[in-house]
Amino acid sequence: MEEYIILMRLDLITRDAQPSPEQLQVYMQQYHSWIDGIVAAGKFVGGKGLSTEGKVIRFGKVITDGPFAEVKESIAGFISIRATDFDDAARIAADCPILNGKGNSVEVRRIVDREQRS
Amino acid sequence: MHSSFIMELENTLPHLFRTEYRKIVSVLCRTFGLRDVETAEDIASETFLTAAQSWGIEGMPPNPTAWLYTVARNKAINHLKRSGVFKSQVVTSYLDGMATQSEHPSELPNEVFEDSQLRLMFALCHPAIAVEMQVALCLRLLCGFGVGEIAEAFVTDKENISKRLLRAKGHLRDLNATLDMPPGSQMHARIGAVLTTIYLVFNEGYYSNSNDSVLRKDLCLEAIRLCTMLIECKSTNVPEASALMALMCFHFSRFESRIGTEGELIPYDEQVVSSWNVDWITRGGFFLQRAGRGEDVTAFHLEAAIAYYHAVPAPEKWETILNLYDKLLLIKQSPIVAMNRAYALYKVAGPKDAIAALEHVDLDDNHLYHALLGQLWSAIEQGRARYHFNRAIDLAQSTSVKQALRKKLDDL
Repeated sequence: MEEYIILMRLDLITRDAQPSPEQLQVYMQQYHSWIDGIVAAGKFVGGKGLSTEGKVIRFGKVITDGPFAEVKESIAGFISIRATDFDDAARIAADCPILNGKGNSVEVRRIVDREQRS
Repeated sequence: MHSSFIMELENTLPHLFRTEYRKIVSVLCRTFGLRDVETAEDIASETFLTAAQSWGIEGMPPNPTAWLYTVARNKAINHLKRSGVFKSQVVTSYLDGMATQSEHPSELPNEVFEDSQLRLMFALCHPAIAVEMQVALCLRLLCGFGVGEIAEAFVTDKENISKRLLRAKGHLRDLNATLDMPPGSQMHARIGAVLTTIYLVFNEGYYSNSNDSVLRKDLCLEAIRLCTMLIECKSTNVPEASALMALMCFHFSRFESRIGTEGELIPYDEQVVSSWNVDWITRGGFFLQRAGRGEDVTAFHLEAAIAYYHAVPAPEKWETILNLYDKLLLIKQSPIVAMNRAYALYKVAGPKDAIAALEHVDLDDNHLYHALLGQLWSAIEQGRARYHFNRAIDLAQSTSVKQALRKKLDDL
C-alpha cells in the first residue's frame, strides 16, 4: 500500500453560491458516503475541509490575500488515503463529490515515502 | 462512522441552516451596513458550504453552532480587512458579540441576534421598496429561503426571483437605508408595513399554488416566527401585531385539514372539524384577547375575529361573520374581502343574494371567484354553474386545484 493525497479544487466562480438547506444536506451526505466507502476499505488516513479565505506568500515574501485574487480555483479540502497503486487512488478520487460541480477538479498525488527514498 | 450518528448529522445541517443562517446574515448586515447585503449573504452561504464539506469529511464538531459563528466571524473579519474597513473597534463589536456567543452559547441571551433581525426586518420594509420585493427580501434574508424555494412559492422561475432580489438590494443601497429603528413618529406606519409583509409571507404559504406542502407550511411558520419576534420586543409589541398573530394561528389550525391526500384543497365546508388543531386555536384565542388591549380596531383585528368564528362553534356564526365583513369592507376595500363576504352572505341569505353581491366584485380573472359562482349557481341553474366551473379550471394554476374543480363539474 502506498499513501496518496487527494486535493479537492473548488471553482469559486461557477459554484452554486447560495445552496438551499436541502442541497447542503445532499452535499454532506455525498461526502459521508464517499469517506465511508474509503474507511470501509481500510484505506482512509485522514482529511480536512478548508475555509475559502487565505493568504498566498510568494518569492520575496510578498504576501497577498488569496488564492481567489489570482485564480478561480481554490483548494477546498484534502484527504489522504492508502491505495494499492495510482490507478486505485485515481478510482477513489474519481468518486469525490466535489466533481459533481462543473469547473471543479481533484488532484491525486503520491506521497513520497521516506524509507523508499533512502 | 455509526449510521445513527450520520442520520443525526444529516438532519442537523438543514435544521441549523434554518435557525442560524438568518442570525448570521442579520448580524453581518448590522456590521457591514445595508450597502453590502450581498457580502453578508455570501459569507453566511460560504460558511454553510464549508460546513457541509468539512463535516462531511471529519464528522460534526462538538458544538456546531459555535463552529458556524467562528467560521463566519473569521470570514467577515477577513472581508473587512481586505476592503480596508477594518478600522474602528465599533465596526467589529457585533462580530465580537457573535464570538462571545459562540464561546459561551448558553450564557448569553439571544438579544444580539433578535435585535439584529428585528432591525433588518424594519429596514427591509422601507416604504420606498415595493411590497412584493419586501416579501422576497424577507424570505431570503430573514427566513433563509433559497432562491429556488422562493421561486417555487411564487410559482415563477429562479431567474425572475434572482432579478427581483437584485433590484431590491440595489434599492436598499440607493436609499442609503440604515439599520437604526425608525424614530417614534415613523414607527407606527413602519410597523404597519412590517405586519403587512409578514401577512403576505403567511399568505404565500397558505394560499400558494405550489404543490410543495412542506415548503408552504414552512412559510406559514416563518411568518408566525417573525410576528413572535415583534410581540416579544417591547417597542414593537402593538395590539395590531397580536391581532395578526391570532389571525395566523386560527388559519394555521386548519392547515392539514384543508389539504387532501392528492394535495387538493378541501373547501371549508367539507373539512373534518375534529381534525382542526386545537392547540393553534387556543393560541389564536390567547392573542386575540391580547389584541383587544388597544383602542384601535384595525383590519387585522376584524380579520382575526372572522377567523375566530371560523375556528370555533358559535350561535349565529355566519350572521356574526357577515357583520364583521361589513365592518372590514369599510376599512379595507379589496375585491377578495368582498368575495369572502359574499360567501358569508350565501350562508345567511342563500345563493341568490350572494350571486347578486358578486356581480359588483371585479375578480373575473380569479379562479376562486368563478369556483364560488359555480358552487352558488349549481343549485339554481346548472348551465351557469358549468360555465363558471370551466372558467375556474382554465384560470387555476395548480393541477390539484384543477382536478378538484373538475370533480365538482362532473358531480353537477
